[in-house]
Amino acid sequence: MRRDKYLLALIGLTAVSMIASLYLVFVYVPTERTMGLVQRIFYFHVPSAWVGFLAFLVAFVAGIAYLARRDWRWDVAEATSVEIGIAFSTIALVTGSLWARPTWNTWWTWDPRLTTTLVLWLYYVSMLLLRQMIENKERQARFSAVLSIVGFVNVPIVFLTIRLWRTIHPVLFTSEGFALESSMLLTLLVSLLTFTLLYFCLLWLRVRQEYLRAEIDRMKDQLLSAS
Amino acid sequence: MSTWRTVIAIVAKDVASELRSKETLSTLLIFALLIMVVFNFAFELRVENVRQIAPGVLWVAFTFSGILSLNRSFVVEREEGCIEGLRLTPVDRGAIYLGKFVGNTLFMLAAEVCILPLFAVLFDVSVLNPTLWLIVVLGTVGFAAVGTLFAAMTVNTRAREAMLPLLLFPITVPVLIAATKATGQILDGQPFAEISAWLRLLVAFDAIFTVIAWLGFEYVLEE
Repeated sequence: MRRDKYLLALIGLTAVSMIASLYLVFVYVPTERTMGLVQRIFYFHVPSAWVGFLAFLVAFVAGIAYLARRDWRWDVAEATSVEIGIAFSTIALVTGSLWARPTWNTWWTWDPRLTTTLVLWLYYVSMLLLRQMIENKERQARFSAVLSIVGFVNVPIVFLTIRLWRTIHPVLFTSEGFALESSMLLTLLVSLLTFTLLYFCLLWLRVRQEYLRAEIDRMKDQLLSAS
Repeated sequence: MSTWRTVIAIVAKDVASELRSKETLSTLLIFALLIMVVFNFAFELRVENVRQIAPGVLWVAFTFSGILSLNRSFVVEREEGCIEGLRLTPVDRGAIYLGKFVGNTLFMLAAEVCILPLFAVLFDVSVLNPTLWLIVVLGTVGFAAVGTLFAAMTVNTRAREAMLPLLLFPITVPVLIAATKATGQILDGQPFAEISAWLRLLVAFDAIFTVIAWLGFEYVLEE
């Protein structure tokens, strides 16, 4: 494919950024005083949660674009983004749980961010299940576009509801700026960049795979109708 | 036909067919009663005061039985090819949504009106409180608004009935939390000011999702 050299460049950039963040996380950044070594999971936990959220945002935008334009490529972007979003929310939930055990002394708590992530995870997994149960391609695309829009609109509402209910999760970004030491902030920002680049690599590869699949299907049809 | 006349015609059709068969309401009622009885058995053995879990049990009964009603509303449309008929009528798709949504809300509310006295008896609480009724109406509207949209989708899939709760429960988490919290506060006799935050949340959810579902329904029904 023509754009493959851009894809290679993106993968290269991601690799460099990945090595840089690994260095920062394991060598450069000082160990946090009260929580100790386990706090380093933070630099994977926060970026995973962010990418999960970003992926669902992309799916929301692609869903709207599909309903407006009816181009199957928007549907591919939406469905693949949801897949990646589920993978990263799973990582965020697991790393969060591992971190919560030594610091909060519990594996799980019904905090707004945790609960919202879990609710999103459940919803989008159900959405992919529904996709698989519809044979008609066009209907599949239409339904999942509507579902990705409804799901994302619900995010702030779920979050506010549970915040009204209870919270113990630390707030990193307050109105006065970041509540983080500068070396830790740098590490976090580089990790966020790495994970975001990784997301776009994965999205590109998945979308490319789906295009190739469509191309093969088209060629098969051509061959069958010719013979 | 104006939008409102279409809505009323669809609601009237659903109510008339329900009054003849009484299938939805009877299954809804028995199922909701069953949930309350099962929960009573399940918790009575461990919980000191069953009244503490009463609001949760009430809303689980409402939402689980509501799923039956929502599924039913589109399964019957599909069975006799009625949905094709609705699609062919030269009316706004949004009006069809509103008709089905109002019908679903009415069925759920009708069942809930019967469940509330039973709830009062089983859990020994008073349900003669207009604020409680308001919460029941707001919660039901929110649940039915999203549920009607999702039921129209899931009826077209292979798994049919099984898929609706999977999609609907995550989306209606705010409704369930707000309604359960507010119901609990009322049963504890807290002042209205305490409850108003939850009421506002329910109103906001209802407004946002009625509009979104109404817009989205057009894309779900087209073929």
